[in-house]
Amino acid sequence: MAMAALRREGRRLAPLISPRTITAVRSSPLYPTLEDEGPLGVRHISTQVVRNRMKSVKNIQKITKAMKMVAASKLRAIQTKTENSRGLWQPFTALLGDLPSMSMNKPLICADVKKNVVVTISSDKGLCGGINSTSVKISKGLHKLNSGPEKETKYVILGEKAKAQLVRDSKKDIELIITELQKNPLNYTQVSVLADEILKNVEYDALRIVFNKFQSVVSFVPTVSTVLSTEIVEREAESGGKLVDLDSYEVEGGETKGEILQNLAEFQFSCTMFNAVLENACSEQGARMSAMDSSSRNAGDMLDRLTLTYNRTRQASITTELIEIISGASALEG
Amino acid sequence: MLVASTVALTSSSSAEVQHVSFSPTSSNQESKNSASRNRTTLVDMVIVPATTGQMGVLPGHVATIAELKRGVLSVHEGSETTKYFVSSSFVFIHANSFADIIAIEAVPLDWIDVNLVQKGLEDFTQKLSSATTELEKAEAQIGIDVHSALNSALTG
Repeated sequence: MAMAALRREGRRLAPLISPRTITAVRSSPLYPTLEDEGPLGVRHISTQVVRNRMKSVKNIQKITKAMKMVAASKLRAIQTKTENSRGLWQPFTALLGDLPSMSMNKPLICADVKKNVVVTISSDKGLCGGINSTSVKISKGLHKLNSGPEKETKYVILGEKAKAQLVRDSKKDIELIITELQKNPLNYTQVSVLADEILKNVEYDALRIVFNKFQSVVSFVPTVSTVLSTEIVEREAESGGKLVDLDSYEVEGGETKGEILQNLAEFQFSCTMFNAVLENACSEQGARMSAMDSSSRNAGDMLDRLTLTYNRTRQASITTELIEIISGASALEG
Repeated sequence: MLVASTVALTSSSSAEVQHVSFSPTSSNQESKNSASRNRTTLVDMVIVPATTGQMGVLPGHVATIAELKRGVLSVHEGSETTKYFVSSSFVFIHANSFADIIAIEAVPLDWIDVNLVQKGLEDFTQKLSSATTELEKAEAQIGIDVHSALNSALTG
């Protein structure tokens, strides 16, 4: 209401000031200036720029909120599957042990694994926080740990994100790249086919699967699961290493013990892969949830700051108008 | 449905506990029980279909690793018996009377529909006779094996 009264005053005084003689700054579409012309040539400081920014930031906030909810629903769907699949590899670990130390240079134990294969599991889509980078960092660390005169490490990569990072500097060490894993909902058949491919094409003494284990919606632990090949297992069992208990088991069926152990190793690999892929998918959704959440919060903060700037600009323009009117009026009197 | 079940065998004399923990990761959605059956049950005996024949596992069984072919797994608990049809799997029997059974699919027998089994058997027999490549023959043969095992499980 006060604005309306001031506008009336402005209109009465405006012809006396004759602003038309002042060249107005032409605002071209390419360079929006801070001034624009109102009715009767009264100039206001423009709030257009700030308003545009506010609109786009608000849209971003809406989008990230929606993405967070989508990730939350996907997480719920896949979480039960993951927890159930954990029971799959536990018996194997109870029997054979998960022995990442199989390659460390321990002078007392003669177990030296010559051919390591690192299976890095990552996501295809981005915007999921830092989980893919941690997986790649660990894979590279394993590679370095196992490099030596006779030893070699090869990569098998699942997922676009790890591929992008590893192709840059380790291109010659990559054996297989598999992407678009999550196009269809994850199930065992798919993973077993994958495991089959890997076992057929890659020579290995030890397979190390690098993935992010899902502990809770906010915590993902990078994990390495080790699957040893049958030769190493037998060697360990005989030489009295950590797997000495294995010999105490009688093996039933099949012609030789080796045959059964071979089947066992392959089965173990596919079970561990299945669990690893599910856990990584869960971690991906959880990480995306928290990333989108912090993004919407940031957008909210930005919006608050922009609103303050907007109000300040608006008030400044009103004040300027007032000053012009009043100084004009006082100039006439005085 | 993937199942890993840990079965521990009781013996009344040594009073060790048997645990059966089935943890199916169900991809077939018609499971009426909700997926995870991670319960611990006391069972007296488990009969597993090993590659060398039916094997009964009782408390105090010697530690063994055995590969199982597809067939009926029956869990005896007191006077009750629950039967499951399992695909090929592995069983680890540990020295402390715990047994781990890891199977890719395990279905309680009463979930299987007899008519579908019969129909499947006929389909695959037909496919075998009309198969041309080795791959098709192998696939048809596998189908026949599975369905006839299912059939005998339901009837036998």
